[in-house]
Amino acid sequence: MSAGGGASAWLPSRAEQAEGWRAPGQDAGWLNPLRERFLLRLLVRKELRVRYRGSALGMLWSYVKPAVQFIVFYIALGVFLQLNRDTPAYAVYLFSGIVVVNLFGEVFGNATRSITGNQALVSKIYLPSELFPWASMIVALVHFLPQLLVLVVGALLFGWMPSFTAAIAFGLGLVILVVFTMGLGMITAALNAAFRDVENFVDLIVMVATWLSPVLYRISMVEAAIGGTIWWWLYQLNPLTIVVELFHVAFWRYTPETVQGVAADPSLASPGEPFGLWWAGMLIAVATFVVGTVLFERSKRRFAQEL
Amino acid sequence: MSPNIDSVPESAAVPTDREMVRIEHVTKQFSLRHDHSLKELAFSALQRKKLADSFLALDDVDLTVHAGETVGLIGFNGSGKSTLLKTVSGVLYPDRGRVLLRGRVAGLIEVGAGFHPDLSGRENVYLNGAILGMSREQIDAKFDEIVAFSEIEEFIDTDVKYYSSGMFLRLAFSVAVHTEPDIFLVDEILSVGDEPFQRKCLERIRELQRAGRTMIVVSHELEMLEKLCTRIVVLRKGEAIFDGEPSEAVATLRAG
Repeated sequence: MSAGGGASAWLPSRAEQAEGWRAPGQDAGWLNPLRERFLLRLLVRKELRVRYRGSALGMLWSYVKPAVQFIVFYIALGVFLQLNRDTPAYAVYLFSGIVVVNLFGEVFGNATRSITGNQALVSKIYLPSELFPWASMIVALVHFLPQLLVLVVGALLFGWMPSFTAAIAFGLGLVILVVFTMGLGMITAALNAAFRDVENFVDLIVMVATWLSPVLYRISMVEAAIGGTIWWWLYQLNPLTIVVELFHVAFWRYTPETVQGVAADPSLASPGEPFGLWWAGMLIAVATFVVGTVLFERSKRRFAQEL
Repeated sequence: MSPNIDSVPESAAVPTDREMVRIEHVTKQFSLRHDHSLKELAFSALQRKKLADSFLALDDVDLTVHAGETVGLIGFNGSGKSTLLKTVSGVLYPDRGRVLLRGRVAGLIEVGAGFHPDLSGRENVYLNGAILGMSREQIDAKFDEIVAFSEIEEFIDTDVKYYSSGMFLRLAFSVAVHTEPDIFLVDEILSVGDEPFQRKCLERIRELQRAGRTMIVVSHELEMLEKLCTRIVVLRKGEAIFDGEPSEAVATLRAG
């Protein structure tokens, strides 16, 4: 039953391939989503339609959820715990981190459930199973757009101006985040087909993620607390930390309020400005993606019977 | 409802020598796991209980299908017919042995599995056409024909959840028979809809046979298969026990 063992035994030999033979389910593997763009688009449209069936507010929910989240955190941490006082433009700071964690949670959670959620298709009709986590990822990006819009408008209100540095930081952050999370999502999607516990575990990780990256508090506070220990390094190497910091650079660091604040208190600047450990984040993201893809490819042949 | 046997057309298949499907020593074992949780796994490890019962769904099956042939698969429930069809379609993979194909394969397996109740008929036609391997241009070109065949023109923009089960199956079947694959897999589908529609389906299958398509058909309708197929394979407990003349095959199965 090992999917990887003798992986090529089921494939036609080169001579047979020349005669036009192929094996059922022999496809472009991880490149499928690029080859089957038409089908991918239809699957994305299906997901979007199904998500909001019978809901009056529809896509508006993509605004409502982060808005509530933002208000709650802002009041609890910004006002009650007074993070507002020491962090300039704390609202922008907070929200640029929230959108990162939300996109992470959405991609990770959706991808994890993508195989089990499409049970009817996976177990009855052949189609390249890579399409399911990819469709979930695209759906998550569609939901990310309104949040991004709100973030940009918010930042503009604080006097933020788009810049070249901001665009690079945002681009790097988004790529690292999506590649990294897709890698994780493919691992958990494959595991979730065998053990449904995985999806609960993923929910747990998503919940923890908000607190283990500098979304609500500033990274300098973490350094003050655990600086110099191995934990500090692990904290910094967390791809989410790297992405959140990149988003801070993109939307918060260069608002006039923050620039003034940094002049008065240099500890507000994050280490290694402007792009910090982006290369480490990219490396980890690509490595995770490769592992996820390999694992997914090796287990996808078992999906139909595991469901 | 089973089709009226007199309305079943004679086979129009024209077998040739070109091999289209090769099933070589295919063995498939299923393990029946009862639950999908780590708790279950941990407990059975502790109790040294066997986690799963396994059974052999296919046992060293060999079968070659040539272009233009219509091959029937018959056998009692649990004999491995559908499993065999699924290994050809690519849903299941053999544990040992291999399956090779030439050309595009599409199945009338589980008609309607790709349909989503919250999408309109039109959207479902596109989604399922794409799932069954059609390009956008192909679906655009065939769209009117598909709808006309299903006879639900007025409801094509209604959500599928409001369809009657007959309408639903007609549309699903219609998409599937218009995908024009080289190899056609048909599983227990000829019991769709009312009698006029069944006759239409059979007529369509005959048309496909005349066009030289290769077909593998699974059904319990033995008389119908006998007329439709050029060859029938009898499966029993995952083994192919007979392969040849349709009438002899039916007799073999009936003899037990």
